[in-house]
Amino acid sequence: MSEFTLRLRRYDPESGQAPYWAEYTVDLEGHRSVLEGILQAKGELDGSIGIRCSCRAAICGSCGVLINGKTGLACHTHLDKAARHAKDGVIEVEPMANMPVIKDLIVDMDAVHWKKIQRVTPWLINKEPIPEREYIAPHESMVDITQSMACIQCGACVSSCLSLEIDPLFVGPAALAKAYRFVGDPRDAQQYERLKDLAEDPHGMYDCTHCFSCIEACPKGVAPMNQIMRLRRVAGDHEIVDRNNGHRHEAAFATLVKGYGLLHEAELLPRSYGGDSWFGKFHPAAGQELLDSLPVITRALLRRKVTPKGALLGHKIPKDDLASVQRIFDAVESRDERDELNLYISGYDEDDTGAQDAGAGGQAHAGNAADQGQPGQTPEESPAR
Amino acid sequence: MPAHDVLIIGAGLAGQRAALAAADAGATVAIMSKVHPVRSHSVAAAGGINAALNPEDTWESHAFDTVKGSDYLGDQDAIEIMAREAPEEILHLEHIGVTFHRNEHGELGTRAFGGASQARTYYVADITGQAILHVLYEQLMKYSDRVDRYEEWFTTSLVQDEDGACVGCVARDIRTGAMEVFTAKNVILASGGCGQAFKPTTNGLIVTGDGISQAYRIGAPLMDMEMVQYHPTTLVENGFLITEGARGEGAHLLNGDGERFMEKYAPNKLELASRDVVSRAEQTEINEGRGAGPDGAGIYLDVTVVPRKRTLEALREIVNIGKDFAGVDITRDPILIRPGQHYVMGGVKTDAHGATPIPGLYAAGEVACVSVHGGNRLGANSLLDTLIFGKRAGMHAAERARAMAMPAPKAAGAKLREDVAEIDAIIARPRTGRRISAIKTELGEAMNRYCAVFRDEDGLRQGLEIVKRLKEEAATAYVDDRGTVFNQDVLGAIELGYMLDCAEAIVLSAIERKESRGAQFRTDFPERNDDEWLKHINVTTNGGDDPAISYSPVTITRWQPEERKY
Repeated sequence: MSEFTLRLRRYDPESGQAPYWAEYTVDLEGHRSVLEGILQAKGELDGSIGIRCSCRAAICGSCGVLINGKTGLACHTHLDKAARHAKDGVIEVEPMANMPVIKDLIVDMDAVHWKKIQRVTPWLINKEPIPEREYIAPHESMVDITQSMACIQCGACVSSCLSLEIDPLFVGPAALAKAYRFVGDPRDAQQYERLKDLAEDPHGMYDCTHCFSCIEACPKGVAPMNQIMRLRRVAGDHEIVDRNNGHRHEAAFATLVKGYGLLHEAELLPRSYGGDSWFGKFHPAAGQELLDSLPVITRALLRRKVTPKGALLGHKIPKDDLASVQRIFDAVESRDERDELNLYISGYDEDDTGAQDAGAGGQAHAGNAADQGQPGQTPEESPAR
Repeated sequence: MPAHDVLIIGAGLAGQRAALAAADAGATVAIMSKVHPVRSHSVAAAGGINAALNPEDTWESHAFDTVKGSDYLGDQDAIEIMAREAPEEILHLEHIGVTFHRNEHGELGTRAFGGASQARTYYVADITGQAILHVLYEQLMKYSDRVDRYEEWFTTSLVQDEDGACVGCVARDIRTGAMEVFTAKNVILASGGCGQAFKPTTNGLIVTGDGISQAYRIGAPLMDMEMVQYHPTTLVENGFLITEGARGEGAHLLNGDGERFMEKYAPNKLELASRDVVSRAEQTEINEGRGAGPDGAGIYLDVTVVPRKRTLEALREIVNIGKDFAGVDITRDPILIRPGQHYVMGGVKTDAHGATPIPGLYAAGEVACVSVHGGNRLGANSLLDTLIFGKRAGMHAAERARAMAMPAPKAAGAKLREDVAEIDAIIARPRTGRRISAIKTELGEAMNRYCAVFRDEDGLRQGLEIVKRLKEEAATAYVDDRGTVFNQDVLGAIELGYMLDCAEAIVLSAIERKESRGAQFRTDFPERNDDEWLKHINVTTNGGDDPAISYSPVTITRWQPEERKY
């Protein structure tokens, strides 16, 4: 047993007082969870501490909090690890961000999280006719959407989302991951409509800025950002060109990286608006956007974020490196099917050959690493048993 | 004052399924839960759900396995209904979007489970309960215009009319502290079991026997309460559940000598014998000094014999639990487990429509006892039980509602004032009694000592004395929180009362049953005794009177009791 000090962010809405910090010292083994620490404080020291919790095993999704400023489940974080990451050895626990606080560590999930879930028509719209027995659906597609089904609706990704902090109307990582659960479901009749809707929404799937926060925060390895990227790729498959220019922007991004080896920032905007070629800048829509962006461009030049030469010519990288980048593009683009990483490893034991296992294992580790945000701790790969 | 045809208390699988069925039958429906529905403990059910859906399987085989698993205490008429309706329910779940595992042909695939003569367990990796619960909640969101949801409302008591019929409840909005009467033509209890009366338990902190106790307090009989399931594989470290799916996928159990000891106890089914048999075998190994790990207090579960790739795909949740909560990579090393409290087969006595003897009061899921599980529940039959009897209760209640007017119970106002006063009184208690957490811990540890895998008269009597003393102490236990917004402290005091009621009924029934059957093993009566004890034990209270014990017959349709071997 060792002593740990918890510094909890307390707030009593009936007191008329501002939120405050309160410290509690608990006595537990280091591998016990922060939740167990809080429950010991609540049980033995102060029963008025408010926190939602039930399963204690990262399944019910009740106990999302900020621990030392980072979102996670209290039951899923060890005390000793939390103490190591604390700035003064005292474990700081606060309510989740991006949602209003009701009391102490309890936030209003309905006002934010569940409202956004409702936004994506979160139920299956059946393909007709509904079969007498089960729908025949590929094993792979069920495994694929099971990653989204693994979401426990804890709101950790919503709390950690930087885009939501800027745009509270953003549909957000949890709801978009939920949307993928239907878009990827072969039994759903309205995949195109769902994608079109979320692509056209100015706060929809193109509002994500790929900051990876949600991947790091998610305790279940759902990797919401990856689900958002999948939505975008499938929207591309459906040739959905949206009014947010999200699809064209991504296409321009890829073309430029393929052509220059690095992003050519000055070309990105005109191509996103005017069309994905050098002539894009002469399109009226691009002209308008360039005009609108003049203040930003001027500031960037003044602050030397870009030089006039760089803006005109783009970055140059050595020929060999450029060839390597292009080989990666060629290899990826020549595949018949897109390889999507998945948490649940697809396949059967019969075809459990060494090479495939190593590949699948690699994917599993990628999932786990994202899960924990600690790539260094992933176990070594092993050949098939 | 909200008024509905059907009011459902509890929003796990049974409650949500009941709500959807009642709404489909045209009733006005409210569903109330002290937590957000997806936090309900059904979420933790991992392994799967049984149904004889394969053409080569039969519902009779499923029903017989269940009867045998129940040690012949299950009511065979109800078991037949459950087994017959199971395939249709699986297809219904599939149609509304549950992402069940598929075989290489894209059809539903199965896994093996304990006590079953066929692989008939349908599953979603090892998050089956979660997947079904979340899909049902998707449907509830779709039904927003037809089903009123009261999320984070805590039920304090059931309301009866002058004739004793159940016509609603009193509940507290946890968020504001407001108390209100909910009137209903029918109330369906679906608020789960009472695992928190034990420590350790695989059950979540919310599983405090609320519905069992609420029904008990208005005179509904509790049946088979002595039958408490100890799951064979819970972590020694903290009591967390390791799904039976692990053994379904082929994992072995090894004692401290590395011996696959199930060969001695169940030579045919080995690790996949029924849960009571496996738990007893493990406890015997531990008690006779052949346990594994520190103090020989555990048993090894060896998942390494399952191909790693399969483990990562089908048992991912327990890979994580092993890693996060025990520091073990189960794909490489065995993990220490032991039997731990998991489920109560007993509950509020109902018929096959979920109706209790109290008019207007239904129960479904773990809170209820139909009885389809009898002395021992088979793995992957609990999800099925919640859905089949949730659906049946919802339909039957909707039907009953059609023929009656909305009640206007005269006593409702008084009941509301009584409950408000009770909460005020708890908050006002002086700080002279014990802490609630201390009483709860003592209760849990006592139940786990005296009312576990092996029991005897002396131990049970000691347990009963402790429960009685704790009941008195609970009446003066104090709370710290004096507020109204999210006052979890005062709710904890009420939940403690619920758990103590359940514990009392469990111990009384266990003392009463002087034989060994299913999960009840009496070292002082080690044999099954069909002549005297092939019957259900019921416990009832009338007001503040001492609990009374009565019996009811076991329904036998086609399977006469025989010796049980695995």
